[in-house]
Amino acid sequence: MQIDLRTVAIEPQRNAFDHLVRRFGDKPASRYQEGSYDIQAAENLHYRPTWDPDQALYDERITRIVMKDWYALKDPRQFYYSTYTLTRARQQDTTEANFAFVESRGLAAMMVPDLAATALKVLMPLRHAAWGANQNNTFICGYGYATVFTQPCMYHAMDNLGIAQYLSRLGLLLGDTEALEEGKRAWLNDAAWQPLRRYVEDCMVVRDPFELFVAQNVALDGLLYPLVYGRVVDDDFSVKGGSAVAMLTQFMTDWFDETRKWVDAVLKVVAAESDDNRTQLRQWIADWNCRAAAAMVPVIEIALGVEADEAVAEQVEAFKARIRKTGIDL
Amino acid sequence: MDMKATKKKLGMKERYRALTRDLGWEPSYQDKDAIFPYASYEGIKVHDWDKWEDPFRLTMDAYWKYQAEKERKFYAIIDAHAQNNGHLNITDARYLSALKIFLQAISPGEYAAHKGFARAGREFPGVGTQVACQMQAIDELRHAQTQIHAMSNYNRYYDGFHAFADARDRIWYTSVARSFFDDAMSAGPFEFMIAIGFSFEYVLTNLLFVPFMSGAAYNGDMATVTFGFSAQSDEARHMTLGLECIKFMLEQDPDNLPIVQAWIDKWFWRGFRVLGLVSTMMDYMLPKRVMSWREAWDIYGVENGGALFKDLARYGIRPPKGWDDAEKAIDHMSHQFMLGLYQWSFGTSFHSWIPSDEDMDWLSAKYPDTFDKYYRPRWAHIRKLKAAGTPFKNYGLARLCQCCQLPSVFTEPDDPTLTCHRETVYKGEKYQFCSDGCMDIFNNEPEKYIQSWLPMPALFSELGGDVGAWMNWVSLRDGVDNGDYDGSTDQQHFNEWRGLATSNL
Repeated sequence: MQIDLRTVAIEPQRNAFDHLVRRFGDKPASRYQEGSYDIQAAENLHYRPTWDPDQALYDERITRIVMKDWYALKDPRQFYYSTYTLTRARQQDTTEANFAFVESRGLAAMMVPDLAATALKVLMPLRHAAWGANQNNTFICGYGYATVFTQPCMYHAMDNLGIAQYLSRLGLLLGDTEALEEGKRAWLNDAAWQPLRRYVEDCMVVRDPFELFVAQNVALDGLLYPLVYGRVVDDDFSVKGGSAVAMLTQFMTDWFDETRKWVDAVLKVVAAESDDNRTQLRQWIADWNCRAAAAMVPVIEIALGVEADEAVAEQVEAFKARIRKTGIDL
Repeated sequence: MDMKATKKKLGMKERYRALTRDLGWEPSYQDKDAIFPYASYEGIKVHDWDKWEDPFRLTMDAYWKYQAEKERKFYAIIDAHAQNNGHLNITDARYLSALKIFLQAISPGEYAAHKGFARAGREFPGVGTQVACQMQAIDELRHAQTQIHAMSNYNRYYDGFHAFADARDRIWYTSVARSFFDDAMSAGPFEFMIAIGFSFEYVLTNLLFVPFMSGAAYNGDMATVTFGFSAQSDEARHMTLGLECIKFMLEQDPDNLPIVQAWIDKWFWRGFRVLGLVSTMMDYMLPKRVMSWREAWDIYGVENGGALFKDLARYGIRPPKGWDDAEKAIDHMSHQFMLGLYQWSFGTSFHSWIPSDEDMDWLSAKYPDTFDKYYRPRWAHIRKLKAAGTPFKNYGLARLCQCCQLPSVFTEPDDPTLTCHRETVYKGEKYQFCSDGCMDIFNNEPEKYIQSWLPMPALFSELGGDVGAWMNWVSLRDGVDNGDYDGSTDQQHFNEWRGLATSNL
């Protein structure tokens, strides 16, 4: 039997804050809406930045992308701080369990030494690439316009840092501090890593927040994650008896699947806004994708040898198909 | 590779280093100055970013875990608060004026801090500093959001909350807080750290948060107490960061001292002016008071601040220049503010009121040297006007200070009967100030402060002085959101609803 508890009923005077009523109609607002829309100052800003008097404190014009309303770039995951943190905390539980599983059963030691060495060779320098991604997403959050677009970039930046830290833990588990040092040496000196390092450093001087979004989150990650964590770790290493590595990088695989939905949603809205936007996006994506593909080949070669060219080419095709679905012809 | 059977056990510090500091590298394809273009123009010299001591060694796995736990608790409590009409547990709806000011003026500041720390988290050339700033960036976003969420339920039942986003950009008194944050964000990364990380978070935050959250607890506001408690452990991290940052700058090069000292002088005074709003809340707006502004200042300003500046003395830092003027203002400012708010209450999206006899007795006990002598007679006069049916209203425009943006309601530090007014001429234009502190700040950077957006002149130039049009523009509903609490819809509703909840009438 259903029992309805009786409570004192008081009639609310209004449903939501004015700015949300203007956007979404006179109805109760979600917490995502309350925490994301119009909470960035927009008018009557007091001073020009001393670090660049040509721009305003919050400035839509520092990117070549033009939006009538930047708040159109809704995050399909509807992440605000709370839902973001709860989601990552749950994933962290899984990751912790995976690390504990690998460690307690000595799975790392059971891998063929060559395979473990290859895994470290591929993954350790990526700690630094992930740090580069953190820098770039922090930039987009700091200088991008409108909370719906910038807050997921802050979450993304913290995720990039988390990934760099998971990779470091993986290195300490499979190797030791020497593995990390060797990875950094390779990142700085080995020919295989120089195109990627150059790509990342070149990104760090891009100061158009949306171009940076394309270079990092669309073009580079769009190849790096499926290639490294999908093709190399999940497919190749697992077949060779290295599923322990796949367990330790499960977060990266899941994370890419989740975040690409957001990245695609952003591209789709921006491309649909105007022909100019679409043309600009096509050009940026084509340029950066070309460079990213070239940078990935020597990295994938470390694991796949002569098959690297083909693996990268396949992934580039898959990437183009993905981008076409957002309304941008490549 | 040499695979060892047993791993080295890393200490906390080494492990944190491997997981964080070691992620950065010296770039060679791009010039470091191009990657960090804002790191040197302020004149701060840093020789070795590795000397930066990580104030807290928090990695992302731990961050997600701790923060998620806090978030779960926070939302469970505010959900229950909303479901059970928790708003009826507050002492009196007068209390809500403090919350309305907070949502319109302070929560947007949390958001600005979020953006500012994201920028600092990218612009500093040291990994340790960057990560600490990034964590604060995401925390500040959390604070803005939890505050909006906590107050959202009040908005459904009470006036004055509904247009906080419009008020943030347009109404006159929010300009005090926003010009403060705009000022910090338009400065370089080092000054930003002194402004927000040090002056605001370290020196002044206890004067804002402790009285505010205690006030919420004393007045039965479970929603606000909850975000206060929930934010506390974040604030502890932020305070540590602010202090570490200032020590780092001072230790890196002796040339940094005069620059840092000038920033401390500036930001102490800027912060002190923003806190004027808190003094009024503590002395006038809480139906059940926690302590007087004077008492709070003695504890959190004099004692804590004194200890801090004693500690910094070994670096050559002296207490902020405006410290003595601040001390002289403590026994006056809340009264001067509340009198100002009451006379301009037609233009505020919150209510003010005339203190009751009981309130005034409390005020004279807490301010034995000033209240009865200077302020009780003025309240008595205002009360007489109200009783005669001619309530005191000032529709004239307040003269705003070009720097802090507050109306010039303060008196000379050494003469409480004389309104303090300073003036300076720059490039043929005259500029007005509320104090020496504000005028000095202007004189040090006139090109910055001539840009200040002054909301009162804007009323004249954009809307031709039409008060009704101005009210529409700031989304203030006349006769509902503004004016005297006595006779307001909030008062009427609260009494009616509380009656429903506590009696059988």
